Amino acid sequence: MLVSVLNGFAIGFLLFILAVGLSLVFGMMDVLNLAHGALFLGGAYLGAVLGGSWGGFLGALGLAALGGLAGGVLLSLMTEPLRRRSHLDQALLTLGVALIAAELLIITFGDDPLSAAAPPGLDGSVTVLGAVYPTYRLLIIVIGAVLALAVYLVVDRTRVGALVRATVDDREMVSTLGIDNRLVKGAVFAVGSVLATVAGVLGGPIYGARPGLDATVLILALVVVVIGGLGSVRGALVGALVIGQIDTVGRVLLPDFASFVLFGALALVLVVRPQGLFGTRAVAR
Amino acid sequence: MTAVEPSVVPATPAARRGYGRWVAIAVLVVLAAAPLFLAPFATSTLSRVLVFALFAVSLDLLVGVTGLPSLGHAAYFGSGAYAAGWTSIHVTAEAPVPLLVGAGVGALAAASTGWITARSAGVFFLMLTLAIGELVGQVANTWESVTGGANGLTGVPAVRIAGQPLANAGFTHWYVLLVAALGFALVWTVARSPFGDALRGIRDNEPRMRALGYSTSLYKYAVFVLAGGVAGMAGSLLVAQQRLVSTADVGFLISSLMLLAVVIGGAGSLWGACLGAALVVVVRDALGPTLDGHGPLVLGIVFVAVVYLLPRGAAGLLGRTR
Repeated sequence: MLVSVLNGFAIGFLLFILAVGLSLVFGMMDVLNLAHGALFLGGAYLGAVLGGSWGGFLGALGLAALGGLAGGVLLSLMTEPLRRRSHLDQALLTLGVALIAAELLIITFGDDPLSAAAPPGLDGSVTVLGAVYPTYRLLIIVIGAVLALAVYLVVDRTRVGALVRATVDDREMVSTLGIDNRLVKGAVFAVGSVLATVAGVLGGPIYGARPGLDATVLILALVVVVIGGLGSVRGALVGALVIGQIDTVGRVLLPDFASFVLFGALALVLVVRPQGLFGTRAVAR
Repeated sequence: MTAVEPSVVPATPAARRGYGRWVAIAVLVVLAAAPLFLAPFATSTLSRVLVFALFAVSLDLLVGVTGLPSLGHAAYFGSGAYAAGWTSIHVTAEAPVPLLVGAGVGALAAASTGWITARSAGVFFLMLTLAIGELVGQVANTWESVTGGANGLTGVPAVRIAGQPLANAGFTHWYVLLVAALGFALVWTVARSPFGDALRGIRDNEPRMRALGYSTSLYKYAVFVLAGGVAGMAGSLLVAQQRLVSTADVGFLISSLMLLAVVIGGAGSLWGACLGAALVVVVRDALGPTLDGHGPLVLGIVFVAVVYLLPRGAAGLLGRTR
């Protein structure tokens, strides 16, 4: 039971790192980035290929961050001409990019599932309150909590964060203050994408890297964002932790119907609060 | 296949005019006569085109007519396919039964999930349908006792009419053609009815429709269930044609492939959706073997190209917006 709860936390924090970028990009810029899962998968492949030693692990993290930065800027530039077009067009574009990226990853790394090893020293297990638990997953919980705190502080307490929140609330008003929307959008896109690829490297030892993983994590991230409320950091955190628990417990208790359990949670939240737990009405529409 | 294409293409601009009816009849006659002239393989490709055309039309009812972009419509197509296949194996393959079960289960699946999506619009709708579609796909993968899991549902017997199994590709083609034509007529009638006008009103300005007293959520729910039922119908035809169902038929790739078909055809044009589906299926079947399994790469490139180059689809090129 304790192991399952800890697993839920590990998955939950991983999901938060993944979903917070998706949530901010969507909440701020109205761009649903369906390529977010492909970014995660890119990081996972890097981690699987390079991981195993500390140098490889840190190198994979660095490369993944660079790749995420490039990917985010590219996506931001690609969606820019579609600003005045429908949501459907933007979603189709990012869907196309996601399909291309996933195929390129398969061509590069082959279509066999790869497993990633945790760095030496972290691949063992420790005893937590009488239960044996993998060290690496504990580390994920710690890193996730630190990152969550960092993102929260930046968004909630700094001038840059205030700008981001203001852009979520009223983009036009911010641009009348003389601030270039496109820069804010590009920056948020880049940071969100870096978080996604880094989450991929960190999640490697848990999820591995395989074709189709991009769609799986994209759906989890979407469910997190919908439950938590669009554009809300706190919502993404709470949503991610809730989904982490539900998904883990669901897989233990009802292995065949874990998807139903996930759907049930989604449905329940949307019935009680259609705008998500921490969403505002204006964003949810 | 090539013998049929030219007669289908001119139908698009004419469909709404007085002689549209004659063009439709001519297309039906050509499609019905096709098995007499084509080799069995070409005939079954044509049947597949019809199956996916019906699917695309049901999706267009949501995307084009009502303005609800769905990325999870294959969930209902797949539910119908699994239900029809399971019924054929375990209960009976006698003609209307698998079809009705497929349509019924498709509609039921849409009814049990649609009450959530019907309250949303735009990109929120897209997100929810994507999530729901993927979750249904995972159920197909894990619920092995019914769906056969990753192996799929195999050994589905041929559809029987009055006790006689449809033994060859030609008879199967006529069955598929008959059902697809009925389904198309149903969607076409709905789209032209006052109900269809209300749906277009919701697409163009939902708050105004609500102000006029329409319960827009109810309308959206109704059309979602209807589209799910027609997609389930198409799913039962898929089983009748290929005699097996795999998890790929419920998946995200089929959903996005069909959304592409609708967008290429020009959302809102039912004929366009059929042509888009024909193009997508033929290109996929023709390119499939040469691409060594990298079909999604081409699909992705086409998506990006269509978004930048064809903002209103092929029908938009012809100056039609409905």
